[in-house]
Amino acid sequence: MRRLVAIAGVALGLAAGLQASRGDERRSGATFMSPQTQALQADDAANPGMLSVADGQAQWSTPAGPNGTACTACHGDARDTMRGVAARYPAIDAVSGKAVDLMGRINLCRTRNMGAPALPAEGAELLGLAAYVGFQSRGLRIAPPTGAAMDAVRDAGRALYTRRQGQLDFSCAACHDDNWGRRLAAAPIPQAHPTGYPLYRLEWQATGSLQRRFRNCMTGVRAEPWPYGSDEAIALEAFLMDRARGMAVETPAVRP
Amino acid sequence: MIASRKSLLTPNRRGLLAAGGGLVGLLALRPAHATASAMQEAMKAFCAGVTPQAGRVTLDIPPLVENGNSVPLTVRVEAAMTAQEHVRRIGVFNERNPQPNIAVFHLNARSGRAEVATRIRLGDSQIIAAIAELSDGSLWTATAELVVTLPACVES
Amino acid sequence: MGRALINVPPKARKGQVIDIKALVSHPMETGYRTGPDGALVPRDIINRFLVTWNGQEIFSADLFPAIAANPYFAFTTIAQESGTITFRWFDDKGNAQVETAAIVVE
Repeated sequence: MRRLVAIAGVALGLAAGLQASRGDERRSGATFMSPQTQALQADDAANPGMLSVADGQAQWSTPAGPNGTACTACHGDARDTMRGVAARYPAIDAVSGKAVDLMGRINLCRTRNMGAPALPAEGAELLGLAAYVGFQSRGLRIAPPTGAAMDAVRDAGRALYTRRQGQLDFSCAACHDDNWGRRLAAAPIPQAHPTGYPLYRLEWQATGSLQRRFRNCMTGVRAEPWPYGSDEAIALEAFLMDRARGMAVETPAVRP
Repeated sequence: MIASRKSLLTPNRRGLLAAGGGLVGLLALRPAHATASAMQEAMKAFCAGVTPQAGRVTLDIPPLVENGNSVPLTVRVEAAMTAQEHVRRIGVFNERNPQPNIAVFHLNARSGRAEVATRIRLGDSQIIAAIAELSDGSLWTATAELVVTLPACVES
Repeated sequence: MGRALINVPPKARKGQVIDIKALVSHPMETGYRTGPDGALVPRDIINRFLVTWNGQEIFSADLFPAIAANPYFAFTTIAQESGTITFRWFDDKGNAQVETAAIVVE
């Protein structure tokens, strides 16, 4: 039965013949989902990603570190000060000159300014803060920073995006540029626009980051997944956010 | 209860990329599951000797779901929802999860509408049944069948 | 347990049927899943959800591992008098999470 469904799915995907040039027809991953999953994302009372947003909201004003400071000490009310911020990451950190993503920035704030330890990757605390900050940009357009330093990072990301890797010798582009709209097993292949991270994935039964999604993709093509916070992951994130420039932030999105 | 070491959370079936031209190969292992007879037993326990009649219950569940970890389910029962006639309990059952029970909802004359929505896990394509017990002791039932499709590139 | 999101209208007319939604963070660990070390992760689910209005039960549910992680319930009740709606989630470890919502009935 399952096999039949999968075959039918492949046939449907091929029939749709979605081979339009990218740039004209950019689509959020949400548009590839079932109406039920779209409805789950749209209803803040049911979207489980909102639990992470609520987590982050509580932490925003919770003191951490030896001075007992909270995010509010510098940033006040996130609803005002964080509006549009997530839409502009990754960005260059002026101190190190390196690109950091939103979670990296949150941890730099903690270690440099609050004297608090960095929060662990994929932990509820860091995902919650990122979801809360990301939520303040929901509906705003993705607007990555310009400049030569970011361009260099994005170029590195583009090279990673198009590089074949893993035992299956697939690049990101092989699925998400060349075959989006078709199906892999029964699942539609989306265009890989990171519009809604951190997001709640039904498969994970939890909120997770874009870097966790990278690791899933890399496992899928039998490549060695990048460690969290690696230069490669940040570069690919920067390239993808630029590729999604102008699309609306959906945080916290829901995906299957 | 049928014990199983197979995961309900991370389905033990994975879409595998076939090397080369982007073809899809499927490795579909049948998970251990409750049986139709276990489901019947669970439903019989709920009914406690009364025979349920078909009707009055609506099971709203998508026929095709893209991930069995979170499937929207709404149960509605035709009942006046007054002191004289109301729904007391609604039991929801499945055929192929490790356990046949999903939930039992307790309603009363003050519920307003006999309608409950939740999100459930289904490890496989299967049949779902709901039984409603009314305040007069009568039982009403409905079933729905759904297909759970395979996700791709799942976490190992 | 974790965080809960409750959706209750702040005001209602007496006799009005109101919609209530409740979402709580919980892994709903089935007991059938193996962890990274290959050993079974022990079952840990919310097995009962109870909602009272000024102490009187308005809705409850007995739950099994087939309820999705981060359980969500939507149901209705008739507004009768102003007061407090209390939500309680009971898990396998014997812990209860309690949340309340105030409602004014006119």
